[in-house]
Amino acid sequence: MSDVKIRFDDVVKRYGPLVVLDHLNFQVADGEIVSIIGPSGSGKTTVLRVLMTLEEIQDGVIYVAGEPLNKMESGGRLVPASKAHVRRLRSRIGMVFQNFNLFPHMTALQNCIESPVYTNGLSKEEAIKASMELLDMVGLADKRDHYPSQLSGGQQQRVAIARTLAMRPEILLFDEPTSALDPEMVGEVLNVIRQLATAHSYTMLMVTHQMGFAREVSDRVCFFDKGKIVEQNVPAELFDRPQNERLQKFLSSVKEAH
Amino acid sequence: MTGRLAAVAALLAFLLGLSVATFSDLRVFLPAILKGAVVTVEVTFWSLILFYVSAFLSGIGRGSKNTFIRWSCVVYIEVFRGTSLLVILFWFFFVLPEFGITLSPIVAGVLGIGLNFGAYGAEIVRGAIVAVPKGQYEACTALNISPLKRMLRIVIPQAVIIMIPGFTNLTIELIKATALVSAVTLVDITYASVQQNQLHYRTLEIFSVTLLLYYCFAQIVRFGMAMLEDYSKRHLLRKA
Ligand SMILES: Nc1ncnc2c1ncn2[C@@H]1O[C@H](COP(=O)(O)OP(=O)(O)O)[C@@H](O)[C@H]1O
Ligand SMILES: [Mg+2]
Repeated sequence: MSDVKIRFDDVVKRYGPLVVLDHLNFQVADGEIVSIIGPSGSGKTTVLRVLMTLEEIQDGVIYVAGEPLNKMESGGRLVPASKAHVRRLRSRIGMVFQNFNLFPHMTALQNCIESPVYTNGLSKEEAIKASMELLDMVGLADKRDHYPSQLSGGQQQRVAIARTLAMRPEILLFDEPTSALDPEMVGEVLNVIRQLATAHSYTMLMVTHQMGFAREVSDRVCFFDKGKIVEQNVPAELFDRPQNERLQKFLSSVKEAH
Repeated sequence: MTGRLAAVAALLAFLLGLSVATFSDLRVFLPAILKGAVVTVEVTFWSLILFYVSAFLSGIGRGSKNTFIRWSCVVYIEVFRGTSLLVILFWFFFVLPEFGITLSPIVAGVLGIGLNFGAYGAEIVRGAIVAVPKGQYEACTALNISPLKRMLRIVIPQAVIIMIPGFTNLTIELIKATALVSAVTLVDITYASVQQNQLHYRTLEIFSVTLLLYYCFAQIVRFGMAMLEDYSKRHLLRKA
């Protein structure tokens, strides 16, 4: 359990002159569930996006299961990673987006089997069997032939979670998975994530505004501000005895909003 | 949609009957015009294939990461959009032989029309591809879907529906533009009509028939594209 699954080593991410991740150092252990909280624009989404290789970093190294993601070793030196190297490491990571990003021209089941069949070369029967189990787990087996447009937001996000799991990742990234949902649908999505957190061995990294939920499922909560982790701790400590002034301010402003 | 087809068919039958009744000389010039119509259909058919293939290839290639592919597409699009179709036809038929490349009239006509319209179609393809939301690309990366499969299985199916109106217009324009192939000695429907008019001086009758035939071609295209749009709305894109 103490194996390091994700490691950010002095990672810098800039957009032009704007520094979004400022020499970030950060680790997640195998099987650990970590929530990221912080004000808007503090770089929370960016942490997930650079891990998912949706964005390049300007400096530092990201390690996934001990291997550098953006570099690879060749003759004892670190060189820029090849496409094959990136694809191999990327297959260990799955991401659930704020806006689901389901493929609108495919049914729930087709969304789930697309990559297992056409990227991983699984047979259709196998992929359908595995995906049906996942759709069943998220409570949507009866919606297998529905298109995204025929599903509610909460149902779409649950299909998106099943689609991510169908790739058999070890690491799950969630970027505010419930913030695009109507309030009455938040619960059904959180229930699925709770189930993943408690009954499975995934390593999870979750950006969330649901403080109660973060407190309930996380092993550790990190508070981000201006591209840095300002404070991190087990949830009870961080929420009940915040040390940093900006964290105290942030928590009270969140409380007011509710 | 079937209502529209029925209306066209009825109109066609009515006008045909009227023509036969009114213009008893119809059989004098009609065979020659129909022979021209066959040439028009033939040129249209092959030009359309070339038009769609080059529009898709260059429209997609225009956004390629590979500098050579991208610039080849840009040059092709610029050259064929920025010049007159008539002059392109002259080039294929009269100028290329000076470089030792001799094309038959139909090949020259099809190449000129197909490539010219392909360059316009490329912009439609490009625009539709760019209109597919960024989140779709990101989902593909997160699911490790390769760029080729992303294009073929995710992006193009969603882009096709955006392209249909533009392609309907260009297809009808293309049919009209086939009249220019008389410049490379082909006797198409328009040129056949001109010839028959010079022979028989039945201007009203001849050009009424010509007009009607072009109108029918355009209606067939509209009907086909509307069916395609219908189909893709049902099967390709369900707006999330
Ligand atoms: N593609 C981009 N180009 C320029 N700036 C960006 C881009 N994406 C994000 N940013 C900026 O980076 C900062 C951090 O963004 P983000 O990680 O999304 O914040 P958070 O998720 O914490 O709200 C913000 O100031 C945002 O405006
Ligand atoms: Mg964010």
